[in-house]
Amino acid sequence: MKPARSHRIVFRIYLGAFLGLLLAPLAVMAVSAVNLPSYPQAWPIEGLTFAWFEKLPYSHDLMDGLRNSLIIAVLVTLLTVPIGTAGAMVMEQLKARFRPIYYVVVISPMLTPGIITGVATVVFWRGVTRQTGLPLLYNGIFLTVAAQITFISTLCMLIVLARLQRFDRSQEEAALDLGANPLQIFLHITLPFLRPALISSAVLSLLSSVEEFNATTFTILADKTLTTVLAGRIRVGLTPEISALAIAIVTLTLLIAIVYEVSRRRAEAKK
Amino acid sequence: MRSSLALSLCLLLPFLVTAILLAGGLFRRQPNASPGPGFFRRNGPAVSIYLVIAVSAWVFLTIVFPQIAMIDLSFHPNLPPKKIGGPEDVFTLENYRYFVFGPVSSTGSLNTLHLGAYAATITASVAVTALNFILCYPIAFYMAQSALPRALRRLIILLILPYWINEVLRVFAVRLLLSDAGIVNRMLLATGLVGTPVDFIGNNVGLYWGLSYTCILTMVFTLYNALESLDKSQIEAARDLGAPWWHVHMFIVMPYAKPGIASGCALTFMSCVGSIAAPLVLGGPRTLWFTPVIYDRFYQALNWPLGAAYAVILLVSCTVFVLLSLRILGLKLGQIAR
Repeated sequence: MKPARSHRIVFRIYLGAFLGLLLAPLAVMAVSAVNLPSYPQAWPIEGLTFAWFEKLPYSHDLMDGLRNSLIIAVLVTLLTVPIGTAGAMVMEQLKARFRPIYYVVVISPMLTPGIITGVATVVFWRGVTRQTGLPLLYNGIFLTVAAQITFISTLCMLIVLARLQRFDRSQEEAALDLGANPLQIFLHITLPFLRPALISSAVLSLLSSVEEFNATTFTILADKTLTTVLAGRIRVGLTPEISALAIAIVTLTLLIAIVYEVSRRRAEAKK
Repeated sequence: MRSSLALSLCLLLPFLVTAILLAGGLFRRQPNASPGPGFFRRNGPAVSIYLVIAVSAWVFLTIVFPQIAMIDLSFHPNLPPKKIGGPEDVFTLENYRYFVFGPVSSTGSLNTLHLGAYAATITASVAVTALNFILCYPIAFYMAQSALPRALRRLIILLILPYWINEVLRVFAVRLLLSDAGIVNRMLLATGLVGTPVDFIGNNVGLYWGLSYTCILTMVFTLYNALESLDKSQIEAARDLGAPWWHVHMFIVMPYAKPGIASGCALTFMSCVGSIAAPLVLGGPRTLWFTPVIYDRFYQALNWPLGAAYAVILLVSCTVFVLLSLRILGLKLGQIAR
């Protein structure tokens, strides 16, 4: 299909403008992180400096936020991958009659704004705390984990489900005929088959948990995470330190994303 | 969730469900009861218990009960902890009345502040959703239908790059670009188009830009996924039969991509309406957005029932929007999000 030449030129210009607008803010942020002035500016460049990066480790609230974010992300991942896997297996095995309602219920967290999930989680667990008198459950980290697994599990379920739908049931039957019990089938056939999907969902869980802001801002209470510290700082004033931190986070995220992408491609190439 | 009996029932329900299902599995031993092996026969006890506990804890403890608790709280008055469950703790529509009419002391007039914030949020979100669809459709169509594999791969990398960056940072980047001393204002001043810096933050341009910017990639990728599987020969056939380009899009491409369009719009609208980072960072002093209003009910005014009611209003609005757009496009819920 070859569209008219004039169409193509107009589209090229449009595509260029689209990408320019998409990437310009990030370019500005990157330059301001290494530019000398103490107000984050990209132009004019007054000198190259890494001072804004060097300040980062000495900021207590940032480091606290980072630590909490990592704790939450690990807990969330440890919970969402098993939950998502179970959710996908149940979806596969459910009778056709119940499948639509189950589907709507487990997909709903993705179609609910994060802040609603956050509100619902704090309200519910505050009620639980008052009834049981267990103040243990009513803290920022627990609540944030509880809120985040709501929708991140859905993400994991969709990834696992996509792979599970290509699973050949005859493998299971062969194992049964050879005398394997269901637990052995699950451990030695189903799980190894799902491995790529499990790794994908673990990586995506980690990243989405660290980046989550909408629900976390409601559930974190007096604690802080990286995103809430960041948002708080931006509200107070713009500094090149925030740009530096942004670049640090972006680099880290991209590194994880690239390593994950490359290893996935390599695994695919092996087959 | 008021009496401790109801509460303990809530917490124990996943285990109860497990026990009931297990009992059912143990007692129903007729092998011909259903076609194929039953759930427990097929999975064995260990895996069955894992599946049931994981799924019911997820569904009940994080999805269903919290939503019920939120809706329940929105119909109760704001009371100190001691009075909860007491005679004053009655079912009331007061919180919803407050949303429309404001405090009792000012009866008659409407609660313009909150109603205004709500209306502004919904209209702006609909506008941003429509704008993003128009902006993304050509890109997605090009990616799915005309781009050569190499160009496509490069383009996807360029698009994914900002997609991996979290919302707060994306909003911050927009703020840097548009602030008084930002690069856009510098350029405008240098060219002499304006005499004083344009207050993009104060006049809400920054907010709309930020909202559109944070959710634009969701739209691109959802549309791309929907258009990717469209058979090129359909478009060629239409062209050969003399259809003008806009006929091709109106009557072939768009009807085919309906589920993708619906889910793209639903996701964009939802993340716009529910966004709290963009209004916090890019909102000017006079900006009214509904999510910070909800946040302030909880942590400034400390009126949780009112906050819960506002959250319910937002949730209902989202659901109505999603169902409405499905109805307009003639789709079922199961067809999107797939």
